[in-house]
Amino acid sequence: MNKIANRQLAKEILKNRYLYILLLPTVLYYVMFHYYPMYGVLLAFKEYHIRDGILGSPWTGLSNFEQVVHQPDFWRAFYNTLIISVGRIVFEFPAAIIVALLINEVAKAKLKRFYQTVYTFPHFISWVIISGIMLNFLGESGVLNQIIAAMGFDKVTFLTDPSLFRPIVFLSNMWKEVGWSAIIYLAAIASINPELYEAAYVDGANRYQQMRAITWPSIRGTAAILLILAVGNTMSVGFEQIYNLYNAGVYETGDILDTYIYRTGFTDGASFGVTTAVGLFKAVINCTLLFTANYTVKKLGGEGLV
Amino acid sequence: MENTETQIRADSSAEPMAKRRGKRIGIADVIIHSILMLMTLFMIFPFYNVVLMSFSNTVAISKQAVYLIPTVLDLSAYDYIFHDSRFWNAFYVTLFVTSVGTLVNMFATVTGAYVLSKKGYPGRNIIMSGILFTIFFSGGLIPLYLAMKDIHLINKLLVMVLPVAINTFYLIICIAFFRTLPAALEESAKIDGANDIQILYKVILPIAKPMVATIALFYAVDRWNEWWYGVLFMTDTKFLPLQALLREILTNFSMLQTNINASAVLTKGMHPEMLKMAILVVSTLPIACLYPFLQKYFTKGVMIGSIKG
Repeated sequence: MNKIANRQLAKEILKNRYLYILLLPTVLYYVMFHYYPMYGVLLAFKEYHIRDGILGSPWTGLSNFEQVVHQPDFWRAFYNTLIISVGRIVFEFPAAIIVALLINEVAKAKLKRFYQTVYTFPHFISWVIISGIMLNFLGESGVLNQIIAAMGFDKVTFLTDPSLFRPIVFLSNMWKEVGWSAIIYLAAIASINPELYEAAYVDGANRYQQMRAITWPSIRGTAAILLILAVGNTMSVGFEQIYNLYNAGVYETGDILDTYIYRTGFTDGASFGVTTAVGLFKAVINCTLLFTANYTVKKLGGEGLV
Repeated sequence: MENTETQIRADSSAEPMAKRRGKRIGIADVIIHSILMLMTLFMIFPFYNVVLMSFSNTVAISKQAVYLIPTVLDLSAYDYIFHDSRFWNAFYVTLFVTSVGTLVNMFATVTGAYVLSKKGYPGRNIIMSGILFTIFFSGGLIPLYLAMKDIHLINKLLVMVLPVAINTFYLIICIAFFRTLPAALEESAKIDGANDIQILYKVILPIAKPMVATIALFYAVDRWNEWWYGVLFMTDTKFLPLQALLREILTNFSMLQTNINASAVLTKGMHPEMLKMAILVVSTLPIACLYPFLQKYFTKGVMIGSIKG
């Protein structure tokens, strides 16, 4: 029985041999650059000695995690990550929906495309470039401060003031991504049957009512999926943005787990074991939140992700 | 199939919209357009100002008269950059990463997506789940760094190519696209005796050209924007890509001054801001040039519709 099954399998594999040849680069890639690094997670439970390598380094049980929870900077980064994450969902998430609904209300196709073109461009620019643009715009002798000074007010240190850092993070990310995020909603809206609107118009529904009754239900499902993904990323709040915008003056409100890991591991020379522990802590929370959010949405009758 | 349907409707949906609302311009339109125009200004102005600064000179900047209307047209900042060896070095690194990187990206993504778009061969589902798992879980920064060190990629240009050979989201988009192609094409090629590799290159790719072009553009932009793996994996500054160099100049202007005498820079009448802005413009320009082509596809919904995996 087993032999027959094996022979059957061998036959199937032989028949599809060209597919396996084509798939080889992909499999190699994921093994080499995703799964091979994963075994390094063991370091979270070890004390890393460069000479012994990851496998040869001695086990230390949970002592890395104990060290982590006794560092106030870790808790500060954890708290900042949470706050910025919640802020993104509260401020940035609805912004894309609102922009999509506004663009959708534009009647002229050409004008619609113009708005979309302008709003989407910054998505393709890296955070390095955008931080440079922001420096020019918000810096001490930047455009905004020139205007403020010209109007007779005191200059504002936008980029080094800890109390302004988070609002700037939200606003600049909105500036960069709102157009791109809106596209997903606009595509969902575009698939609505136009006759629905015509019927509603004949029935005397005004534009706001049409939006509530026709447009919004059509993008609700998309919004739910994006929300699940956002919740599943609670512990990763945009390393590239924060790293390019923050400075020692705003660690208090701006240092997040990702920047904390990089800074302590690579510049402050903290032990790789401890920083790996922080990384693992982050990944586990993200994974848990993703599946919880997915489960909740499904329970509420929505369409889940996995 | 869903994708193409969305595209067609996206193109034709604008006109009926006008019909249902008549030609009257109401107060709602005024408010909506005011908001959208204000946002447009807010999106364009920072770019405009950067370009303006890059074409100005120290006199104009110190008078602070640059921020709205151009008063001078001075190319000295560009002249300075284009004579700087560090700029050219970083530029060539980025050129390598963008060209070789995109080729590697396309090869790995297209072959993988083609095979994964098919079903019913042993191991397919396990491999697919293995790939999806990497979206939700990764080893983290330190393990990645140590792994790259293990395979001797530190200070090698390929560290900005191979570890990012496949973007899982683009892979999923490709898979979804290949599924929309009619199966009959392949079957007739199979009857003619072609194997899967021949089918992919002679039958599938020619009809998938627009899709392949779109994904290639997205990859090219990603590779051009590379800075982080440069910062992370390159200890030797001669391997830094353009945007990593830009980052160094932005955060620490003295990096540039160590190369060329600082006082020489100042006597040449060079304001540091001008140089920063000129490099910003140079690194943004290629993307701005590609943008019309990118935009042609994503507004039609090619990139959308597969977020559900």
